[in-house]
Amino acid sequence: MLSVQAAWDVLHRVPDPEIPVISVTDLGIVRSVVLAGDTLRVRITPTYSGCPATEHIERSIKEALTTAGASAVQLERVLSPAWTSDWMSEAAKQKLKDFGIATAACVINFGPSREVAPEAVPAPVFPITWHKPAQVNCPRCNSPRTERLSEFGSTPCKSMYRCLVCAEPFDFFKPI
Amino acid sequence: MPTDFKYVLHLADNSLIFSQRLSEWCGHAPALEEELALANIALDTLGQARLLLSLAGQLEGAGRDEDALAYQRLEHEFLNFTLCELPNTDFAHTIVKGVMFTAWQALLWQAVQTADNAPAELKAIAEKSAKETRYHLQHFGGWLVRLGDGTALSQGKAQAALNYLWNYKNEWFRAAPSAPFLQLAPVTENQWLALVQPILDQALLKTPADTPFVSQGKLGQHSEHMGHLLAPMQYIARSYPNAVW
Repeated sequence: MLSVQAAWDVLHRVPDPEIPVISVTDLGIVRSVVLAGDTLRVRITPTYSGCPATEHIERSIKEALTTAGASAVQLERVLSPAWTSDWMSEAAKQKLKDFGIATAACVINFGPSREVAPEAVPAPVFPITWHKPAQVNCPRCNSPRTERLSEFGSTPCKSMYRCLVCAEPFDFFKPI
Repeated sequence: MPTDFKYVLHLADNSLIFSQRLSEWCGHAPALEEELALANIALDTLGQARLLLSLAGQLEGAGRDEDALAYQRLEHEFLNFTLCELPNTDFAHTIVKGVMFTAWQALLWQAVQTADNAPAELKAIAEKSAKETRYHLQHFGGWLVRLGDGTALSQGKAQAALNYLWNYKNEWFRAAPSAPFLQLAPVTENQWLALVQPILDQALLKTPADTPFVSQGKLGQHSEHMGHLLAPMQYIARSYPNAVW
């Protein structure tokens, strides 16, 4: 049988299938771990509705916990509160930067592309200049002179940018 | 049958059919970046559809899951707006459809979150979908501005698409006495115009005149295009029922 603390230790080592340098806990995907009798109840939240990695992550979590000694694992998907890139830990943002992926930590100016304040609900505020991309520092050379190449990059959650100084392309985790 | 079930099914079908049409751009988009964008928007929307279909199945309580609802229903049982099933035609049509539909969705998700009588799970789906729809509207809106305020050719095509598609919105804002479930979280035409009009203005496009035309997709009465959309979507599942990967 696996304790809650031991379960978290295991989960800290379950990598995101697309970005192996970070774990599912770094991303804030695991919301809670509770021991109910013999069963470990793990609540997780998907990042994007259509994220193709969600089922893979669920299988990885179940496998990792079972291998580590959990007698029974029950996964529950929760949608609310909705996942936000704000739940990414600072450590995760640093690991991503070292890996060459930019996050909110590299943003100079979100511009109108940043989410509008929560108090905008229910009155919608969609400024029409919101098709301007966020200004992002290069995660490799830190130069502010970068440009966005594509709104969607290697995965739906990331955009593709390139640095005009060191000439390297990089992905940017879109704020959501 | 609880009225919530049909409402959630209507929302699910809007997302499912819109996604299915958009995914037809795979391999045919005008540029690689657009290939990714349209496919990913279709994927996000399909994710919404899956969540909504699963919820609809639960509310119905007749044992139908997302697959049964997506693959085993006949044409007249789908409750999506007719706009969603219209063929892609050309890039301008796709972009205009995208602006019209995702603007409606953006307002819908907000209305659902604040509706008194919406189920909690539906509110959770709305909360999540709202963030993604914002990016979709951003993409389609940005493109409409580039097309409208572009060359004479792109503006001509964008205006032609707008003229053709505009009155398919009438269905969204007209009450249907035979379908009271559709009043659960109403989005008004004024709210929608407040969102869409500034985009049309910036795109230098003329707002078409309203006509009395009202499409009937939400009542299960679809255009001639619906069958052609469903056939490839459902063919494999119907040929091999109960097959598993």
